[in-house]
Parts: sequence; structure tokens; C-alpha cells
Amino acid sequence: MKMSRRHLAVTHLILIVFAIWSVFPVFWTLVTSFKPESVIFTTQIQIIDQPTLQNYVNLLTRGDFVNWAINSLFVSLVTTVFAVFLAATCAYAISRFRFRGRSASLYLFLVAQMFPAIILLIPLYEIFTNLKLINTPWSLILSYATFAIPFCILMLKSFFDTIPYELEEAGRVDGLGPFGTFWKIVIPLSVPGLAVTAFFAFITAWNEFLFARSFLTSKEALTLPVGMATFIDPFNSPWGLLTAGSVLITIPVMIFFFVAQRFLISGMTTGGVKG
Amino acid sequence: MRSRGWVAWAFMAPVILVMAVIVFYPLARGIFTTFTDIDNLNQGTRFKEPSWVFVGLQNYINILTGKDTKFYSVLAWTVIWTVINVFFHYTCGLGLALTLNQKFRGRTGYRMLLLLPWAVPAYITAIAWLFIFNGEYGLLNNVLGIFGIPRVAWLSTFPWYYIMPIIVNVWLGIPFMMVTLLGGLQSIPGDLYEAASMDGASRVQAFWNITLPQLRSVSTTVILLGCIWTFNIFVVIYFITGGGPGGKTDILITYTYNGFQLGQYAIAATYAVIIFSLLLVFSAFYRRLARES
Repeated sequence: MKMSRRHLAVTHLILIVFAIWSVFPVFWTLVTSFKPESVIFTTQIQIIDQPTLQNYVNLLTRGDFVNWAINSLFVSLVTTVFAVFLAATCAYAISRFRFRGRSASLYLFLVAQMFPAIILLIPLYEIFTNLKLINTPWSLILSYATFAIPFCILMLKSFFDTIPYELEEAGRVDGLGPFGTFWKIVIPLSVPGLAVTAFFAFITAWNEFLFARSFLTSKEALTLPVGMATFIDPFNSPWGLLTAGSVLITIPVMIFFFVAQRFLISGMTTGGVKG
Repeated sequence: MRSRGWVAWAFMAPVILVMAVIVFYPLARGIFTTFTDIDNLNQGTRFKEPSWVFVGLQNYINILTGKDTKFYSVLAWTVIWTVINVFFHYTCGLGLALTLNQKFRGRTGYRMLLLLPWAVPAYITAIAWLFIFNGEYGLLNNVLGIFGIPRVAWLSTFPWYYIMPIIVNVWLGIPFMMVTLLGGLQSIPGDLYEAASMDGASRVQAFWNITLPQLRSVSTTVILLGCIWTFNIFVVIYFITGGGPGGKTDILITYTYNGFQLGQYAIAATYAVIIFSLLLVFSAFYRRLARES
């Protein structure tokens, strides 16, 4: 259908309005992060008059930001490796074998994704207190695994489903057992799928707030989300630090997101999504 | 495909084992907690014997009969919050998907910009909006100031403390709906529209008679996901209003969290079980309703 000129104009108008609305808060954060505090804490409106990196310098030299970033990185990496390794064999079984309990397990992982995190929060808190894991990264790694594993299973299952079965038959003819087939044929073919799944598991852990807020109390143990929250003060938040931190935290997430988003969409509609 | 059970279960075993330890055991323990009066004072420590007792269904009774009077008012706001949010997510998402599902120059660019809110971590989004809403230095008040409109303390003035978190959450949720609905639109066969236009159907008629019915299954799924997600979202309320003023904007999940922070473990666990049951019952009803109509 060819669009009339008026129709085209309306289309662009709608999209421009919504695009501005979508970009604006991000843009404003970015702009604010380059303003000196003397400009941030005024009532005047300006885009950038005297850009400065002072907020970034303050953020990285004073306080614990770097420390929090290291904690976040460690927790997210270990969670990802743990979840992807465990999920891979399970997703393969669900994708390839027809066995009793298959659909029940699949359903279980779907439901596990739907659990409100809060239902596990309280018992996990008690268990981690008893095991003296509170304030350690392990409390987060174990609690993040509760949603990362089902998520990875559902994502990886949909990747394994796309690998032609004939390739495995060929492996079997060459004398490989089921485990050999999995390691030597399926895994190498699924590297892109594994990578994308791993990245999403990583990002979810990187952004998680509720468990981290509950299990970490000492300032050195915090991850980025909870660390950033400690800056917020109802009367006088350091907006320079907050916006600079926001920019640094968001950039890697955003780059990755735009590279991988089309994979997420297909994975999410088969699985579920966790808030 | 083979159905040799033991091979399959050998592949499944590690996950089952881990999930049993980190999900099923805690879950069972959480449900057990709801039948007790465990809190931070009677749970017992190294130095003190635990002194909690079984209370049977008392926690559920207190909450559901309205003895804990907060439950129904928090539930009411949670439902309103969910309905308003999902309504805007879906209608704006669908509108944008329809707009993007046309051939014109620049559409990939628009799509990228419109996806942006999804790429930003939710708590960072909340911080960004919090700055815009800030009473003293926030952009919103500064802009209104130009027009001589007096400053508003957005997060402590009725009805703005209800509206502001909704604005933030609507912003967050539109891209997901847009992208999934766009996927749905693209899978509608084009000849349906050709046939309709040969029969002299207008664009509007085609929308009601072809597009919406064809989108049904995608719509059903994304609305359900949207409801569950919005019902459970923690960071938006936590960062924007903190449940304030006076707990008025707490949704069930933040309210439960407050109980946990206060050390009321049994009551908070009961709330968590109730939230989960509400969502399960809702999904079951919703699915049946969607299948029947």
C-alpha cells in the first residue's frame, strides 16, 4: 500500500512524539552527568553550557563505586557461568528426548519463572543467615540462579530445537554416545545461542535489585543497584554522581541490548519474563 | 526420537538437584513459615532458643478477613495500578506497532529509539525520572516555572503521587508490547488485507475484522505477561515514591517487602503466598476466558 502524503506526515508525527518521549529521560540523564554541580542545583534550564567530567572523576575516585562495580561483575559472571552450564544439558534433554515427565518439567520451569521473587526471599534470607552467607556474593549467586536457570533452560531449548537432528544422527553413526553427541556436535553448533543466553542471564543479574537490597548490608559488599540506591536522599541527592553512575552502568547494557534484542524477543514469547 | 528415560534424566539430574535445593526446599520452607508466627524476635539465635509457635491458618485469616485492614486497600491500588499500566502499555504498544508496520523511510531508526526504554535497567530509569520530578531542581517544575505555574511537590501531593509512578512504568513497558505486537502483525498474511480491500473494506474495518482477530493469541500472551510483570514490579514504586506518602502508593510486593524488613517473617511470607496464589488464579481464569471467547 502506498501511503498518501498526509498519512505519511501523521505517521512521522506520531513516531517523533513517541521517540522524544522514549529518549528524553535517557538524554537528560546523559546531559546532566556532564554539568557542574553549580548548574545542576539551580532552577535554570540549559542543555550543556560548560561541560565537565568532574562528576565522573568524583564518582570514580571518591566512595565505593569501583568496588560495587567489581562486586556486580563477579556476581553476574559467576551466576551466568553456573546457570548456563547447568541449563545446557537440561535444555538439551527437553529439546531432544521424549520421556515421561518431560512436559511436567517444562511446565515447572515456566512456573518457576513466574514466581514473584518475594516468595523465595524470606526463606532464602533465613537459610543464608543460618549458613552465614548474608553479605557475601554467594547469597546473590544462589538466589539469582533461581530465576537464571529456568530462563536459560527455556532460551536454550528454543535454540536446540533449531539444530537439525540429522547432524546428531551422523555423529551416532560415527560411534558417539548421547553425551558425546551433546559435547562434540550440539554444543559447538550452539555457540551463538549459548552466548546470547549467557549475556541475558548476565544482564538480569547485573540489574537485580530486590535480593541484593535484602541480602547485603555492609557497604563494601554492595552491588551497583543497591550502591546507587544509597546515594538517594529524599532531601538532597547528589544528582551529579547519580547521573554519571547511571551513564556508566547503562552503556554496556545498552550496547549489548541492541546487538542481541531480536534473540530475546523470540525467547521471551516462548518462555516468560521476570520483573 | 528415542525415549530412553535414563539418558534423559541423566541430562536433567544436575538441574533438578540444584533447583530442589535453591527453589523447592526454600519454597516449602516459606509455605511452612506462613503457618507460624515467626518474626525476628522469636526465631531464635545462637544465644536464644526459638520460641515461635504454630498458628495454623491464623495469618491467612487475619489478612483475608480484613483484620489486617491494609490488605484490601493495598490490593485495590495494586489492581488499579496494574490495569492502568497494562492498558497504556497495550494501546500505545499496539498503536506504535501499527505505525511501524508500514513501509516508509526511517522506520528502523524509529524502532531503535522507541526500544530505548527497554535497554535501560529499570532502576536507572527510576533514578532518571526521579531527577525530572525533583521538587527543587527537577526539569518538570523548571519548565512549568517558565509559564508561571507554581512548583509542585510531585511525590507528596495528591493525586500526583499516584500518577508519577504510573508515568514511569508506562514508559518502561511500552517497548516490550510494541515489539511483540509488531512481530504478530508481520506474521499476518498479506492476502487477507488484499481480499478485504477488493471487497471494499476500509482501513478501519480491516483493523477490526482482520488485524485484531489475527493478533488475538499474541495479545493474550503479552497482556498476561504484562499483568504479572506490572503486578510484581518492585523498583518503580520503591525508587519513585518509596510507597509514600504514608504507605498510600505501596503495591502488594513493596508492602510485603516492608513487612520483611520489619522482621515480620511469617506475615510477609503469607503475603507472598497470597500474591502468588492471586497470580495463579488470575492466569488460570484469564486463559480459560481467552479460550472460550
